[in-house]
Amino acid sequence: MIRIGLDVGSTTIKCVVLDDDAPAAVEQLIFSAYERHYARIQEKTAELLACVARELAPRIGSEPVALAIAGSAGMGVAETHNIEFIQEVYATHKATQRLVPEARVVIELGGEDAKIIFFEPSLDVCMNGTCAGGTGAFIDQMATLLNVSPDELGELALAHEKIYAIASRCGVFAKTDIQPLINQGARKEDIAASILHAVANQTIAGLAQGRRIGGVEGGVVYLGGPLTFLPALRTVFDEKLDTTGTCPENSLLFVAYGAALLADDTRVDLAGLAESIAHFAGGETYAHTAPLFTSQAEYDAFCVRHDRATAPAPTEVRDATYSGDLYLGVDAGSTTIKALVIDDDGAIIDTLYETNDGNPVPAVRTFLQRIYANWPQATLRGACATGYGEALIKNAFNLDFGIVETMAHFYAARAFDPQVEFIIDIGGQDIKCFHIRNGALDNLFLNEACSSGCGSFLQTFAAALDVDIEQFARLGLFAENPVDLGSRCTVFMNSSVKQAQKEGATLADISAGLSMSVVKNALYKVIRTTSPEQLGAHIVVQGGTFLNDAVLRAFEREIGREVVRPSIAGLMGAYGCALYAHEHTRHRLSSSCGATIRAHDQKQVAARPIGLHSCLHGVSSTRHLSSTISAAELEAFTQTTEPTTCTLCSNSCALVVSRFGFDRTFIGGNRCERPITGASHAPHLNLFAYKRKLIDTYRTTHNEQAFRGTVGIPLVLNNYELLPFWHTFFTTLGFEVVTSTPSTRATYLAGQHTIPSDTVCYPAKLAHGHIEELLSRLSPPQWIDGIFYPCMHFNVDEGQSENHFNCPIVAYYPETIAANVPGVTETTFVHDFVGIHRSQDFIRRIGAIIAPLVASGASQPSTAEIKTAARAAYAELDRYVTKIRTHAQDIIVQARAEGMPIIALCGRPYHIDPEVCHGIDRLICEGGAAVISEDALEPASGPPATHTLNQWTYHARLYRAAQFAAEHDDVHLIQLVSFGCGLDAITADEVCETIEQNGKIYTQIKIDEITNTGAVKIRLRSLFAAIKQGDTY
Amino acid sequence: MAASRTRAYVEFTREMKDTHTILAPNMLPVHFELLCTVFEHEGYRLELLDNEGPGVVEEGLRYVHNDICYPALLVIGQFIDALKSGAYDTDRVALMLTQTGGGCRASNYIFLLRKALAQAGFGHVPVVPLAAGSREKHAGFRLTVSTMRKLITAVAYGDLMMQMGNQTRPYEMYPGTTDALRARLVAGLAQQLSVGQGLRFRELEANLHAMAADFAAIELDRSIPKTKVGIVGEIYVKYAPLGNNYLEEFLHSQECEVMVPGLMSFLMYSLTAEPYDIELYGGSRLRALVLERFIGYFRRIEQALVDAVAAQPGFIAPATIEHLQELSAPVISRGVHMGEGYLLTAEMVELIENGYPNIVVAQPFGCLPNHIVGKGMVGKLKSLYPQTNIVVIDYDPGATPVNQHNRIKLMLAVARENLLP
Repeated sequence: MIRIGLDVGSTTIKCVVLDDDAPAAVEQLIFSAYERHYARIQEKTAELLACVARELAPRIGSEPVALAIAGSAGMGVAETHNIEFIQEVYATHKATQRLVPEARVVIELGGEDAKIIFFEPSLDVCMNGTCAGGTGAFIDQMATLLNVSPDELGELALAHEKIYAIASRCGVFAKTDIQPLINQGARKEDIAASILHAVANQTIAGLAQGRRIGGVEGGVVYLGGPLTFLPALRTVFDEKLDTTGTCPENSLLFVAYGAALLADDTRVDLAGLAESIAHFAGGETYAHTAPLFTSQAEYDAFCVRHDRATAPAPTEVRDATYSGDLYLGVDAGSTTIKALVIDDDGAIIDTLYETNDGNPVPAVRTFLQRIYANWPQATLRGACATGYGEALIKNAFNLDFGIVETMAHFYAARAFDPQVEFIIDIGGQDIKCFHIRNGALDNLFLNEACSSGCGSFLQTFAAALDVDIEQFARLGLFAENPVDLGSRCTVFMNSSVKQAQKEGATLADISAGLSMSVVKNALYKVIRTTSPEQLGAHIVVQGGTFLNDAVLRAFEREIGREVVRPSIAGLMGAYGCALYAHEHTRHRLSSSCGATIRAHDQKQVAARPIGLHSCLHGVSSTRHLSSTISAAELEAFTQTTEPTTCTLCSNSCALVVSRFGFDRTFIGGNRCERPITGASHAPHLNLFAYKRKLIDTYRTTHNEQAFRGTVGIPLVLNNYELLPFWHTFFTTLGFEVVTSTPSTRATYLAGQHTIPSDTVCYPAKLAHGHIEELLSRLSPPQWIDGIFYPCMHFNVDEGQSENHFNCPIVAYYPETIAANVPGVTETTFVHDFVGIHRSQDFIRRIGAIIAPLVASGASQPSTAEIKTAARAAYAELDRYVTKIRTHAQDIIVQARAEGMPIIALCGRPYHIDPEVCHGIDRLICEGGAAVISEDALEPASGPPATHTLNQWTYHARLYRAAQFAAEHDDVHLIQLVSFGCGLDAITADEVCETIEQNGKIYTQIKIDEITNTGAVKIRLRSLFAAIKQGDTY
Repeated sequence: MAASRTRAYVEFTREMKDTHTILAPNMLPVHFELLCTVFEHEGYRLELLDNEGPGVVEEGLRYVHNDICYPALLVIGQFIDALKSGAYDTDRVALMLTQTGGGCRASNYIFLLRKALAQAGFGHVPVVPLAAGSREKHAGFRLTVSTMRKLITAVAYGDLMMQMGNQTRPYEMYPGTTDALRARLVAGLAQQLSVGQGLRFRELEANLHAMAADFAAIELDRSIPKTKVGIVGEIYVKYAPLGNNYLEEFLHSQECEVMVPGLMSFLMYSLTAEPYDIELYGGSRLRALVLERFIGYFRRIEQALVDAVAAQPGFIAPATIEHLQELSAPVISRGVHMGEGYLLTAEMVELIENGYPNIVVAQPFGCLPNHIVGKGMVGKLKSLYPQTNIVVIDYDPGATPVNQHNRIKLMLAVARENLLP
């Protein structure tokens, strides 16, 4: 009998035809096909079935056959045509049983999904849920970023020298890790290999969730596109799993094969079915919105309006005889390099816009050469860079200035609308928007967690649908029923698109829908606006994505207001830089001009650059030249890069050292200035550092008279604050206390395999590594007798909130550890519920709880002993808290004496963990500010008035700190928020409101496994720029 | 504990009881219909919201922090969508939302709702928390012990119909019998409740037994085996079709018998948390005693529900909270009681022991307690009960049914594989 299996995956369609009557398994396969479907699922399915029908005709004529469809994209076709649907993982399982009977574990990576199937002890399957990190689509995206094909990426990886840490949880995060590496000039080979390592990590950590994969020699089978086509990826998996897996013949066809095996005996007329699928018209049931444009006339009017916002053109011809001044602006963005040159009057005379191919340096060099060649008589007076590659470009060519992107965009936008109140820039992977208040930057929004809603998002989609991006965007302009796709992650969006297609949406509808979702994502997810009024009346939109008319239209429609889109929307960063260079070179020339320029700001209304003309005359004798390297130096320019690891502190940053010619070096990848200045830090006013040192004193103190045994305490979550308490308590009772060491990336990796939930916050994930570290000390020389990590539903009551809970994670994480870390069963793991908020009850109850920790032979502590120990513990906790508050006061006093701004860097006690805060405290200090934390302040007389229910101790401190920052001009608040922290969704709004009500800027930094220091730096520099601007006004 | 300092709220005054219609989300259709009747009997005008569609999610996204849990986003979105629809005179309408206490952020829903209302220009619309021991004062809305008793009675009726209907519907000889019976029973109960009958314990007991007998009398055909699937999860997403994309309906279409643990155990779980805290951390013994007395009364109702179902041979009865606590004890501590807490784990154990080893854990994306009690316990359950087959499904505005259905189908395929010899 003939059985047909069809596998419609996210990007490809596969078909297998089996003949039951053939003798052996291998001979059963009589036909197979594998091709990309470019989302034209119905069409391709029909084609393929028709083709199979033709192939089979000589053998069976038009006799009906058994048919089953697998794959999530095939679900629609199967449903509408009443064909048996087989879940694809199950199909794989069946095919594997047949074809590779010895298999114990199957790892299958597909276009957008990743699966692991365990055959023992019972069938168990894991599948990626909400994240497409570590799948084929992810590798494709990364390859695009490196400007190579996926296959080339695999080959490059084979020649790697070192591996960079790349976030493995989500493709978006990975991208933000890779981009800086590319921009800093890291070797492609190393990046390629790092990508594959991230894929393997993601699969193993994200899916296995505590199950053991490795160690089953010969039992691991690799399936699916990426693992079939990239031998280097298999090698990485082999390494990580410490095994040698096999990639069987037909590894791409297992799902289809399984579907064929499982196809039941109801017969289908193949040709007829192909016909009916081809002609099936889906009812339009998907949610849709109004069209972007209903007529050509409407569109034309729209275009005419926007065509008015042009950049100033030169007043006269600027040919080779031009002997005036030139100013260069360079915006080394995440995927593109933009540069332009303006003349004396601020008119643009040459531009550059190209993809950076992973290294922006050569493009800038060529552009500079062109300028020197085209205007030999002119003088380059000033040059300025911005963007991800700012530092690299500034160093490579010795430019005069480097400014933060937001500042560049502000300068450029002001030239188009001097009254600009809101600027939104949507680039390749970044959304940046900010308000302008009183001529200063205010309230910056960045997309830190997600790059959906950016240019590359549309591009990726266009590519997946095999349509050129520009054509794709145009398609949407007149779509009749744009799909309502909501506003979420790319991964979710893919399945939304699939769903809409299943329901009959056309490419045009999808294109329009995607443009709208880009806008919604920016407005509701990044800016989180509730009404257009909040954005202001004068809005300038920029960034390449807004050159797409569909996006622009959707934006205006969504906010119900007309906006200005400069004709050079894609070049605004570079334009702003050039204007900055222009203004500041002239500041140097004649400092009195600054005031004049500002005066112009207020009056100027025309859509042309402001204040650029008046000061020119009379500048003569001290003509200043740009420091940019000369034409001759450009000729001899070379760039070499070399990866290395910084050894100056425990962070072990992966550095990339670029050398340009003889005298200039650029170091990238560093999180602090040490590798550049070579010096150790100047003593900073940094409460985070003080707290770290202070907590360390409890870690390293030994108890010479210990007689009751050794207790291990993990230095995680609330223990970052309670260690003084527990340390004193146990030490007084005669225990030796051993804690785990402060987290590093290795700590995370050591515990990664037992984390059951991949979306829990990073501080909680780290707990697994700390427990593993303590478990490794179960034997001499550093032995411990047991681990103490209590559940704490309640925190201490500081009288600042209506209740004094811990968050669910802090409260109960010991339960997760007990249920998921197998090692804890080999020791005494005390994780009972303990409350220290009621001291008398604590004394009554704690004896029984810690009894199992007392070494055999030693006496159980008496009630009197416990009372003494508890009193000492409470006193020590008080002392600890007081020390922090006192030191904070010292910092505040000293900062004020030195006129430094004070940053209240607010989060939780455990955010001082160096692996959690990623040196953000140090970055702030290096920016010239003092750092205090949320627990630095004396509690107020009662809880503050809040909109939300204030019932968590740690979170109440945030409100207190917000109040403090709001009340003091020189205190600014930055909130650290762990990715996935549900409670901070509540606190962030509350804190933000308190801060903004008092005319201050609220800054939030999201932190996770790996933090995009690029985005953090933009935030910090923008904040500092705003503080500075605020001072001058 | 310091005094309440949350900002001022609009009070639901005595006059409003006469002039205002109270809107409430419909989490559990059968139960809530009965609860509605109870409130009507108490003199309130209550309307359950059934507006759906993209507008609901969109309003939610607009007025609620995007990282907040999906249920809050949906419920608040639904309220605002309704208020904006023009169907209500916003000067004569109030909103009601259940409020759980404790350290889960769900305790904040009501405050998030007020904030969203203010932003949407409905700041004048009063919001009434439906919670025992709420610290807010609403002269026109008091949850008296008598009202609570009636509500819990209605919950018992709802639970019985859900528990038994779920066991008959997939096997009924004549499709539609179960739902027809349920509709008839609901109408009868509504009739009784609206005149204040069916609330006394004896009446309740008699009603429950009669209803159970009615369900047991439905003619069944068990010749086609069904895959037995249980649903647990965050309370809203577990029950509300709007929250879980019509999960039950989907499972029925996949030839499953679906078991959804009832609302009674959640109430009992919430009530018994405080006395246990007093046991763990100390506190007023007197209060513990008073609470125990109070709980004792509800235990009777709970027991009556269990007995009524257990009296019918071949039917699986709900578990009492006491039994659930015993079941979860080897897996997770009772001290875990933020959100659904240990109850979620307990219900999984109950389902497995009752022959429903295939379980869908429905949770909002990023639900904090579920990291511990849901995903966090899957591995341990699997080691204790190897036949366990659990799939955790995240729900949020971006998740699509295709994706979710595919994962559930995988769970079902494994279930069927495990059934084979």
